[in-house]
Amino acid sequence: MAYSDKVIDHYSNPRNVGTLDKSKNEVGTGLVGAPECGDVMRLQIEVDPETHIIKDARFKTFGCGSAIASSSLATEWLKGKTVDQALEIDNMDIVEELALPPVKIHCSVLAEDAIRAAINDYRVKNGLAPIEDKDRIH
Amino acid sequence: MLKLPVYLDSNATTPMDPRVLETMLPYFTENFGNAASRNHAFGWKAEEAVDYAREQIATLIGCTDKEIIFTSGATESNNLAIKGVAEMYVTKGNHIITLTTEHKAVLDTCKHLEKSGIQVTYLAVGSDGLIDLEDFKKAFTPQTILVSIMIANNETGVVQPIQELAKITHTNGALFHTDATQAVGKIPVLVDEMGIDLMSFTAHKMYGPKGIGALYVRRKNPRVKVTAQMDGGGHERGMRSGTLNVPGIVGFGKACEIARLEMDSEAARLSALRDYLQTELSKMEESYINGSVQHRLPHVTNMSFKYVEGEGLIMGVKDLAVSSGSACTSASLEPSYVLKNLGLSDDLAHSSLRFGLSRFTTKEDIDFAIQCVTKAVNQLREMSPLWEMHKEGIDLSTIQWEHH
Repeated sequence: MAYSDKVIDHYSNPRNVGTLDKSKNEVGTGLVGAPECGDVMRLQIEVDPETHIIKDARFKTFGCGSAIASSSLATEWLKGKTVDQALEIDNMDIVEELALPPVKIHCSVLAEDAIRAAINDYRVKNGLAPIEDKDRIH
Repeated sequence: MLKLPVYLDSNATTPMDPRVLETMLPYFTENFGNAASRNHAFGWKAEEAVDYAREQIATLIGCTDKEIIFTSGATESNNLAIKGVAEMYVTKGNHIITLTTEHKAVLDTCKHLEKSGIQVTYLAVGSDGLIDLEDFKKAFTPQTILVSIMIANNETGVVQPIQELAKITHTNGALFHTDATQAVGKIPVLVDEMGIDLMSFTAHKMYGPKGIGALYVRRKNPRVKVTAQMDGGGHERGMRSGTLNVPGIVGFGKACEIARLEMDSEAARLSALRDYLQTELSKMEESYINGSVQHRLPHVTNMSFKYVEGEGLIMGVKDLAVSSGSACTSASLEPSYVLKNLGLSDDLAHSSLRFGLSRFTTKEDIDFAIQCVTKAVNQLREMSPLWEMHKEGIDLSTIQWEHH
């Protein structure tokens, strides 16, 4: 299958690969997917406790080029947003930006799930209730 | 000189040998006749060329020229053999034995027959990809009319003990068919010695043209018959109608002749290159060879690089044409059924690459492949959360994964 230039760019020069200290209260970690499905994403955010702005975002992904690009793009978009703004990132925005074909839409869904999981981890660590999963057909 | 991209997917298809092309060319233009035209020189010339090719092919597999039925390729041959036998021998029985790791052209043909009342036993293989002979013996029933087991697997290159299997089959009064697509022209395949009754093979996996294949159908001890699956002019002893693809047949013949003459030296050269590739790639931690290394085609290896996903890996080796057992699409999240049937966990099956070397593969190509794959695996592992967990000593099987 032919990949879009943006997918190739993110795959070849992934942004923000790495690991944040998950024991820190300001850090939220989301780990989604499963090895047997061929996709695992780990997305981490570091939040400024005063402003609730995401200061840093990191990812590591086991998966195809589209999965790697989706998570790389997600970290780019997360940085500088407040936690509430980050929740508004929709998987279809990722699909559009990366021009993902229909068979790769699940990669963007996984990225959105990873964002949500990281935010919830951060919220729970800081005494807040997790955001309920919105209804969505996977 | 290294020519990019490097092609290492010869289980899918092989480039045509220029010597084959050269032999074919006149049969597209000046010698264009229909081999079935009995009334003029155009037809005679075409027939003569077909007869010659039939002999070249028969010599390679050790049969007579009358036992070669031309088809469009191995898929058609498999269909003709299995459906043709099921129909022809319907009064004798209705049971077929095959393997779970067969090609889809065999498995789906069997599934199709199940709808019309044929019973099919799909035998599992061991972790080395080999059939268990005891299991095999137990699978026979008085109703068994046919066994269909491939010589060499298309994904792993694992070679089954055909001679023993055929012997057991005959003891049980059934016919033995083999899909020899990957094996013919690569390793010695002699139908009498091996006890094969029907055999499917094709030109384009052995440096010949696409669109031409053959079904070997034994004529003596026993005389085997298959019911035609297509109606028409009664070509090929009534078993396969349709005007013969003369240039294709001429090319197929030439490809068989070259394979026969060069097989031994090529097999030695390619297995040395394959072993070199495999040894170098095995130097990376957590890399595994899939399937038996003792019973395997000389030019094939299938390896898994744990914690790296195959499709992502293929993207990282873009100047290398290889294939992966991973299918990361929403339509099919299932990795290779062949590797899964070897008992590989899904994550290892997702991490696999298949390398198929060819007559045109050079040492330089292999050096390039080693460098490409090593670099991509290391880079992707740096990016893989699973690799990080593995390095931290976390047992991945203890994690509650969220399945989609």
